[in-house]
Amino acid sequence: MPEDIYITASCIISNNAVYKNEKAVFENKQADLPAFLLSAYRHFEIKYPKFYKMDNLSKLGWLANEILLADNFSKEKYRPEDTGVVLSNASSSLDTDMKYYETAKDIASPALFVYTLPNIVMGEICIRHGFKGENAFFIFEQFDADFIKQYVSNLINNNILQACVCGWVELLDDKYKTALFLIEKGEGGKATLFTKENLNKIYQLENG
Amino acid sequence: MSDLKTQIIAQLNLQDVKPEDIGDDQPLFIEGLGLDSIDALELIVLLQQNYKIKLSNADEGPKVFYSVRTMAEYITAHQAQKV
Repeated sequence: MPEDIYITASCIISNNAVYKNEKAVFENKQADLPAFLLSAYRHFEIKYPKFYKMDNLSKLGWLANEILLADNFSKEKYRPEDTGVVLSNASSSLDTDMKYYETAKDIASPALFVYTLPNIVMGEICIRHGFKGENAFFIFEQFDADFIKQYVSNLINNNILQACVCGWVELLDDKYKTALFLIEKGEGGKATLFTKENLNKIYQLENG
Repeated sequence: MSDLKTQIIAQLNLQDVKPEDIGDDQPLFIEGLGLDSIDALELIVLLQQNYKIKLSNADEGPKVFYSVRTMAEYITAHQAQKV
């Protein structure tokens, strides 16, 4: 019988606020998205110069992952290939694609070009933490908790992964939302069971 | 060379770096500023946008982009050729 699987941490970034494990931990309502992300990066005292070079989608997902894993993830528990990343969104990398298209009218920007795929955000997360497990990025019209639950459970139940960062990283123009979940098995205790209902409940947290 | 350092910082989005942090002869790649291959492409764009210089021979890259001084010397030499 498969072991129970749990949501051992969550991080939501939406409406210029950050929620860690369902509690508000930071907000900066006056800023546009780039300024908000920079203020959050500084607030959490993260030191990673590559952050400045990322596109906004990668900044959003990477930052959410840093906050998700802080104090909640023990890298020593797992081999690099045991931790995977499964993300999804609606707009792929369109936000950066359009910015790149604008630069290409003059001299195309190599630094922007490398972010014209949505899965680059997973690469940034994996480089930071040395994850070498299964990676997948899916495009849906909206957050599909049922699919994420089924897909990640399958990876964990078949021992392809022992832990997984999964969820939603969406950005287009000034509209954005990310909801990341750390999924592990056998944690028990006060951890939240990995179910479609619990994913949706946490995802909708900032709506009250 | 101070202007060139400012341009490099802006082009590569090195927000934690000030012009005075970059030594004139400090290697820009790997052990120095830690730049990568995408940064190298951005430096080529910088030469093209700011100085109208096209790096025609890719083999020259490591020598030209070794440090701020080698970049400045390359720019000066090309500007002198144009006059």
